[in-house]
Amino acid sequence: MDQGFFLLFATVSVITALTVVLARNPVHSALALMACFLQISAIFVLLGAPLLAVIQVFVYVGAIMVLFLFVIMMIDVREAVLQRFMPGGNLPALVLVVLLGVEMLVLVLSSARFSVTEPIARPSGDEIRQLSTTLFADYLLPFETASVILLAALVGAIMLARKEPG
Amino acid sequence: MVPLSWYIVLAVVLFVIGAAGVLLRRNILVVLMSLELLLNSVNINFIAFGRTYDDFRGQIFAIFVIAITAAEVAVALGILVALVRNKSTLKVDDVTMMKG
Repeated sequence: MDQGFFLLFATVSVITALTVVLARNPVHSALALMACFLQISAIFVLLGAPLLAVIQVFVYVGAIMVLFLFVIMMIDVREAVLQRFMPGGNLPALVLVVLLGVEMLVLVLSSARFSVTEPIARPSGDEIRQLSTTLFADYLLPFETASVILLAALVGAIMLARKEPG
Repeated sequence: MVPLSWYIVLAVVLFVIGAAGVLLRRNILVVLMSLELLLNSVNINFIAFGRTYDDFRGQIFAIFVIAITAAEVAVALGILVALVRNKSTLKVDDVTMMKG
């Protein structure tokens, strides 16, 4: 049952990820990326992380993709639409990517450490409470740092995107 | 139950697709989207390992990755808007103002 759902979500997410990379129109890429994020959030649910799934939907699908679509709307994508890949000279990059993929797959599939199945059944139902306790007690400083980084990014994005005076 | 290696293989496949998008596409918007794909595959790894070893820190790291990604996208799209306003191009190869 779980495996069937995993295979379904994984297949759709890989197909949509390929669409992101191969589509000519950036709008199509953005919509495929949105579908891919939804599949990945479903995989998070399968992994027993419902909080992460909700955050994924809110932040990625709700915020980041809307940002992308707004920027696509603001700028004229028409002249950049024409090309799918660079006409030539991308052979080294292609070889590098294929090598990377083969290497990682061989490493994962040949190693015995990754063949473990699921752990023993999780007991309690208040995992989110434990997660947030850990987050706000042990990881308080990184949390505050992340909020400062978000504030800096907010100010920086506004400063970069506004028109120069004069 | 789904074995851990399936999640890792899925993350590897998504990572390779994202890396291909970053390296092979010339459109800056698509490069940024592929970057998001890379970070998401890393998140899958974090959560899968955290679940396998029954540790919350995987999920906490994933939360931080998502937060930093949001900041990164905001700044990158701000730079992109400024770039298009000044130079009116969306190709990575045309951006050589810093002679890199």
